[in-house]
Amino acid sequence: MSRRHITATINGDEVDFLAEEGSSLLNALRDEVGLTGVKEGCGTGDCGSCSVLLNDYLTCACLVFAPEVEGGTIVTVEGLANGGELHPLQQCFLEGAALQCGICTPGFLMAAKALLDRNPNPTETEIRYALAGNLCRCTGYDKIVRAVQEAASQIREA
Amino acid sequence: MMAVIEENPGYKWVGTRPIRPDGLEKITGKAQFGADSILPGMLYGSVVRSPHAHARILSIDMSVAKSMPGVKAVITSADFPDLALNGGSAGDIDMSNNVMARAKVLYEGHVVAAVAANTREQAKAAADAVIVNYEVLPHVLTVDEAMADNAPLLHDGMYTKGIDPKPEKPSNVASRVVHERGDLDKGFAEADLVIEREYTTKPVHQGYIEPHAAVADANSDGRAHIWCSSQGHFQMRAHTATVLGVSPGTIKVTAAEIGGGFGGKTVVYLEPLAVRLSQRAGRPVKLVMDRDEVFRASGPTSGTRIKVKMGVTNEGQLTAADVWMGYEAGAFSGSPVGAAGMTVIACYDIPNFFVEGFDVVVNKPRVAAYRAPGAPMAAFAVETVMDELARGINIDPIDLRLQNAVVEGTQASYGPKFPRIGFVETLEAIKNHPQYTAELGPNQGRGVAAGFWFNAGMNSSATVHINENGTATVVVGSPDIGGSRQSMALMAAEELGISYENIKPVVADTETVGFNDVTGGSRVTLATGAAVVDACRVITADLRARAAKTWDVEIDDVEWVDGQAQHVDGSQPPLSLADLAGKSGRTGGPISATASLNARGVGAAFSTQLCDVEVDPETGITRVIRYVSAQDAGRAISPAYVEGQMQGGVAQGIGWALNEEYIHNSSGVMENASFLDYRIPVASDLPMIDTVIVEVPNPAHPYGVRGVGEVGIVPPMAAVANAISDAAGVRMKDLPMSPVKLLEALNEKGK
Amino acid sequence: MARVHLSAGLRDLTGGVANIEIEASTVGRLIKSLDQMFPGIGSRLSEGSSVAINGEILTDAEYEKIPASAEIHFLDILQGG
Repeated sequence: MSRRHITATINGDEVDFLAEEGSSLLNALRDEVGLTGVKEGCGTGDCGSCSVLLNDYLTCACLVFAPEVEGGTIVTVEGLANGGELHPLQQCFLEGAALQCGICTPGFLMAAKALLDRNPNPTETEIRYALAGNLCRCTGYDKIVRAVQEAASQIREA
Repeated sequence: MMAVIEENPGYKWVGTRPIRPDGLEKITGKAQFGADSILPGMLYGSVVRSPHAHARILSIDMSVAKSMPGVKAVITSADFPDLALNGGSAGDIDMSNNVMARAKVLYEGHVVAAVAANTREQAKAAADAVIVNYEVLPHVLTVDEAMADNAPLLHDGMYTKGIDPKPEKPSNVASRVVHERGDLDKGFAEADLVIEREYTTKPVHQGYIEPHAAVADANSDGRAHIWCSSQGHFQMRAHTATVLGVSPGTIKVTAAEIGGGFGGKTVVYLEPLAVRLSQRAGRPVKLVMDRDEVFRASGPTSGTRIKVKMGVTNEGQLTAADVWMGYEAGAFSGSPVGAAGMTVIACYDIPNFFVEGFDVVVNKPRVAAYRAPGAPMAAFAVETVMDELARGINIDPIDLRLQNAVVEGTQASYGPKFPRIGFVETLEAIKNHPQYTAELGPNQGRGVAAGFWFNAGMNSSATVHINENGTATVVVGSPDIGGSRQSMALMAAEELGISYENIKPVVADTETVGFNDVTGGSRVTLATGAAVVDACRVITADLRARAAKTWDVEIDDVEWVDGQAQHVDGSQPPLSLADLAGKSGRTGGPISATASLNARGVGAAFSTQLCDVEVDPETGITRVIRYVSAQDAGRAISPAYVEGQMQGGVAQGIGWALNEEYIHNSSGVMENASFLDYRIPVASDLPMIDTVIVEVPNPAHPYGVRGVGEVGIVPPMAAVANAISDAAGVRMKDLPMSPVKLLEALNEKGK
Repeated sequence: MARVHLSAGLRDLTGGVANIEIEASTVGRLIKSLDQMFPGIGSRLSEGSSVAINGEILTDAEYEKIPASAEIHFLDILQGG
C-alpha cells in the first residue's frame, strides 16, 4: 500500500492531502482533510450518511476511492453555509426540528441541496423519492420533508 | 399537528418551539460524534469475532498478528480479570463474557480477540491473521429449539428461576415470570366469544445510523479517558471499570454526541477493549464497529413466540385473558420478558387472567433494550386479538377499548392502582380525528391499536450556575439523544424567569457533574428535569435571600417573579438576576446550586394509533397511506421534539411490522447484516405522520411531565396488522408482514 | 400495617400465599420480615424488584418509610430503552 498525493477543490478551496490508494473518499475526508461532518453509517452506500457533491453529482463518499477525486470538485456539509450565513436548508432544518440525533443530517442536507439545485419546486412525492437514499431512524422523515418544502419555497421567493 | 391541552397555566417558555441549543453544530457538521475524535498518535483497533454460533475456544494464536507491520497491541480474554473467580455478580460475569468470550463463543460475531495498529488497514489485516481453533458445538436459534427436550445447552449452570418445584436439570430457560388474577376457567365460561391465536416475531435491530465508536487514551498508571457516544457515560464508566477490574474513579468518560441509541447504546462493547489496547500500546486507540458488526454483535431485541387467548361478552366486556410468551434473550439471560409480562394486558381492566413468560437463551447476539423493551411484541399479539374480538361481536374497535380501558384507580394487571393517567383521552382523540372517518378506496383498510409503557425515574444530578451577567449555565449528565438539552433549558428559563436564549445547557463528563443513570426509559425530561428544577428553586430561594440582604428586609418580604426579586409591598425597585449576579460577591459569593435525586412520581404513558394502508394484491406490498398517533405526554415541554419522538417510534414500528427481521441460515450466521438487506423505512415508504399530543399532566412532577420517548413504538405493529386485515381480509400472525408472506396468505385465502 | 401483594412468580417461595398484612416501618425492614416468613424471598425482592407504595413506583427503596395502611406491590426491575 502506498499513499498517493491528491489535489481537489473542497468547499471552494484547493486542498491537497495524502491517502492510501485503496482508501475511500469518506475516510480520506475524515482522517486526512479533517472534515468529520461526513459520517460513516454503513460503509457500503446504503445509508447516505456520507453523501457529498462530487463534480455536482450526489455521491456516497464511501463508494469512491480517494485517488478518483484528483482534480475534482467536492462539496460537503461544511461548505453549505456562506461564512456565517446558513443555507436556507440548514435554517429550515433548525426551525422545523428536522433533526433529532443529527447523525444523518449532513447527508440529508447534501441530498436535499442536490434535489433543489435541479428541481426548485418538487412535490412531496418527488422530495421523498429524492431522499430515499438517505436513512434516518429518529424522525420518521415527516419534519425533514416539511423542512425541504419550506426551504424550496424560500429559495424560490428569494 | 394537534394538541389536546388540559389546564395549561400559561407558561412563558415551557411548551414553545425555539431553536435547540445544539442545532447549529449539527447542521454545520461541527458536532463531535463518537467516531469523530482524533488524538495525536492515535491507533486504530480491529476486533476478531467468532464465525460460529456456538463453539468451544481451543486456542488463540496471536503470534502472526503481533508481528505484522504497524501492530502495537493484541489482547485476548487473558488480558481481562475472570470475574467468575473474583466473586463477580452473575450479571457482571455475563457482561464481561459478552465483551470478550472466555471458554466458549455463544453467537456468530462474539468477540474473541482485538488488535491495535497504526492504520485501519494494518489493524484489519492483523485481526484477519489471528488464528483461532474452535470445537464447533450444536446450536439453537429460536425459543422452540432452545426449549425442546435435549436441546444443546448454552450454559451448564442455568436452572430456571421462578418455577416451583425447582428444576433438577439445567436448560436454556433462564427464568419464568407470572401474573395472575381471578379464575381463568370461570372467566372464559362467561365469555360469548373466545379468540385464541399464536404469534411469532423476529429479532429486530434498533437501527441507529451511527455505529458504536469509542476512543480511549490510557496511561500506564491505569487512568484512562474515553470519548464515546452512549446513552449513559456514567454507565459506560461503571461497566468498563467492572470489565477491566478497576475503580470507576480512574476512568473519565466524555459524552460525544450520539447518533441514535433507542436502548442499544446503554450497553458496553468497545470501551473496555479500547482501554486495554491503549494501555498495552501506550497510545490512544480508536475502535469503531462497522455496520456488519453492529448487526451481528451489538444487541438487537428479542424474537418471540406469543400465545394469546381472550374472552369477551356480547356487550363488550372482557372477561378473561390467557397469555404465554417465550422471549429470546440471545446468548445470555436478560430478555425483556418481565416488562412484556407487565405491559401485555396493562391497558385493560380484565378480572381473570394468567400471564406467563419465559426468558430463553439462544445462540444469537445478546439482546439489548429497544424502545419500550418487551412491550411492542406483546402489544402486537393482544391488540390484534382485540381487533378480532371487536369485529366478532360487532363493536367499534375503539369503543371496545374504551369500555375496558384502565383509568385512575383501576388496579393494574401488574399490581398497583393507577394514579391519574390519560389512556381514555388518547382513545377519544383518535376517535375524533378526521382520519377515523376518511374515505377508503379499493384494497385499502384501517386499523387501530393501543399501547402502554411505565417510563422510569432513576438517578439524576444537575448543576445550575448563574454567570456574572445574569445568564445561566445548566449542567447535566444525561446524553442528549432526543433534544433533552432544550427541555432542560426551557424548564430552567421558566423557573428562573429569564430568557431561554440566555441559558446554555451542557452535557458534562463524568468528572464534572454528579452521577446520572442512563438516558433511556423515557426518564430524562422527568428525572433530570426535576433535578434542574430543584437546583433552580434552590437558586431562586438564594436570590430572594440576597435581595432581602440588599434591602435589609426579611426573606418573607421578597418574591421571585418574572426573573426579578420583588418586595411584596412594592416598596423597593426590583432587582433582576443580572443585578444580583453582578454583585454576588457582596451577598454571599457565586450563585450556583446542585440537585441530585432518585426521581419519584413517574407518570406512565399511553398511546393510541390509527393506520390506513393499501395492499397490492399482486405483489403483497403494503403501503402506509395515512397515520396518526395520539399520546399522553403529561405536559409537552418541547412540543416539536415530543412530536419527533412520536413520529420516530411510529416509523420504527412500521419497519418492524412490514420488513425488518434478522435472517439466520441454519449455521446460525446472519445473512442480512447490511442496510441493503435489513430494510428499514425510507422517506418514500411513509406518509406524513400526524400526531396528537394529549396532555393529562402527571400530578407528581413540577411540570406535569410524562416520559414520551418509548410508548410510541408499542402500538404500530398491531395497527398495521389490523389495517392489513381490513384491507385484504387476512390475519397476519408472524412478523414481519413482508410482501412474500402477505402474498402467500392472500393466495391461501383465495383457495 | 402494610398490605403486601406477592406476585405469582414468587409463589414457589411463599407456598401459594398471595397477600399478607405485615407491620414494618421501612421497605427494607418489610423485606427482612418477609424473608423470615418465606426464606429466600429476601434476595429475590432486593435484587430484582422495584416497589410500588400506594401506586407510586420507586427504585432503591430500602429506607423508604411505609405509610400507615399502605398497599405494597413488588415489581420486576424494569429496563428502558
